[in-house]
Amino acid sequence: MIVADQKPIEEILQMLEPYRKVLFLGCQSCVAVCMAGGEKEVGLLAAAVRLARKQQGRPIEITEGAVKRQCDDEFNEPWAQTIQQHEAVLSLACGVGVNKLSERFDVPILPALNTRFFGEVERQGVWAEVCAGCGNCILHLTGGICPIARCAKNLLNGPCGGVRADGTCEVSRNGPRPCAWVMIYERLGKLSQRQNIENIFAAKDWSSDRHGGPRKRVREDMLLET
Amino acid sequence: MESNLQRALEAKKFVVTAECGPPKSADRRVIEEKAKLLKDWVDAVNVTDNQTAVTRMSSLAACAILKSWGLDPVFQITCRDRNRIALQSDILGAYALGIRNVLCLTGDHQSFGNHPQAKGVFDLDSVHLLETVKKMRDEGRFLSGDELTGERPAMFIGAVENPFAPPYEFRALRVKKKVEAGAQFIQTQIVYNIQRFREFIARVGDLGLLNKVYIIAGVSPIKTPGAARYMRDNVPGLDVPNEIVARMEAAGKGIEDKRARAEAWRQEGITICVEIIQQLKEIEGVSGVHIMAIEWEEAVPEIVQRAGLSS
Repeated sequence: MIVADQKPIEEILQMLEPYRKVLFLGCQSCVAVCMAGGEKEVGLLAAAVRLARKQQGRPIEITEGAVKRQCDDEFNEPWAQTIQQHEAVLSLACGVGVNKLSERFDVPILPALNTRFFGEVERQGVWAEVCAGCGNCILHLTGGICPIARCAKNLLNGPCGGVRADGTCEVSRNGPRPCAWVMIYERLGKLSQRQNIENIFAAKDWSSDRHGGPRKRVREDMLLET
Repeated sequence: MESNLQRALEAKKFVVTAECGPPKSADRRVIEEKAKLLKDWVDAVNVTDNQTAVTRMSSLAACAILKSWGLDPVFQITCRDRNRIALQSDILGAYALGIRNVLCLTGDHQSFGNHPQAKGVFDLDSVHLLETVKKMRDEGRFLSGDELTGERPAMFIGAVENPFAPPYEFRALRVKKKVEAGAQFIQTQIVYNIQRFREFIARVGDLGLLNKVYIIAGVSPIKTPGAARYMRDNVPGLDVPNEIVARMEAAGKGIEDKRARAEAWRQEGITICVEIIQQLKEIEGVSGVHIMAIEWEEAVPEIVQRAGLSS
């Protein structure tokens, strides 16, 4: 799923500063599951903003709502009239939702979240990045563990020399994490597939990643005649 | 053959290389001072490429300065800050400036340096970079297959490996990959744990690599017991046995005078370094040592002399 964090309340208040009537619009998909921008978070954030603005002596009128998937016009359309009745929309969707609403409506759409990555639920309350969406999957060769997403240097021929004696990576943002290449090595051992990493993995064609420019997927057979 | 390092290795000399870290300034005199200190004692001098991701004078520029002073520079080049376009461009530029050795590294992660906000590049990894330099030199083609239009960069190509980071048994295989990719010499992480280094060399030998690649073992004199403890406890990929820490601590015991104590530590640090070199010389398959006397280049002549290595 797409994992996001809510922005600090100070930053949100600053964005909302010019407005007196705002729609807070959540998204019931990924960001609801990771507890950043679903219906519940819309309610909590609206309450906090109302209180803060009241204390500032500049009350704000907030309408609360949540869309099934903000990345799709189909689900946003029923909200069209409501959106146009507000000075701005604070979107609690990922950045895709903010872009989607901005393409459709001539109303400022403000991001309430910082969109982080797509990740797995590591355990209750912890999400981890395990896929980078590079557009050219090699997981069948690396025991299902992605070196592009999980190695800090996205090495294809790791591990580098910065592995600690306990097998963790020296780059320990948000606490120690296992070295992706040690994980790959151990996993391939269990699967009797170490031969997969005996040869050199060729330099990656990053044009399938976003380095080739913004990406688009087209399914000709799905297109509707216009 | 224009690489002094390659010539010495092929003549079966036990080579000595040293390290020159460029300054955090535009002052070429810093490089010139280091050049004067090292000139008569080493076969080649490595110039680090923004080591530990701290911004410094470029490795390429410092190499050119060393070359003008008659030293044989080893151009360290990392994949952290350059994509394949810039890497290949710098290889061509280095050769044009008379640089004949290149050491291909992935590079320390930017989060350790003075610009942790930087975007890391890592377009290629060190193995890809080796392949790329070899392809430019041997086939006259860039990584993409596009042809060079004239003189090829006839570089002597090196790589690094760390025998002291897990998975230990995989490290020799990684050397194999690097040799296949184009490495002609391998510089290792600093050796303090001789036993583990011997095991590494034995595995490299088992893969039939010792007659295909020169192994240059990294060594580094320790200045203080604090530095020894720090390296033991806090530097990933370094293996400093307790025995070495204890020797450094014992060296200063009972010496009240601060200066005398610091001098006693330094002497012991150099002695330990010399002893390690002597043991390394006895290991078949080790072709030389790379002395990393970081900001302590003055120690190099003494280490070379006491270890009985001539230049």
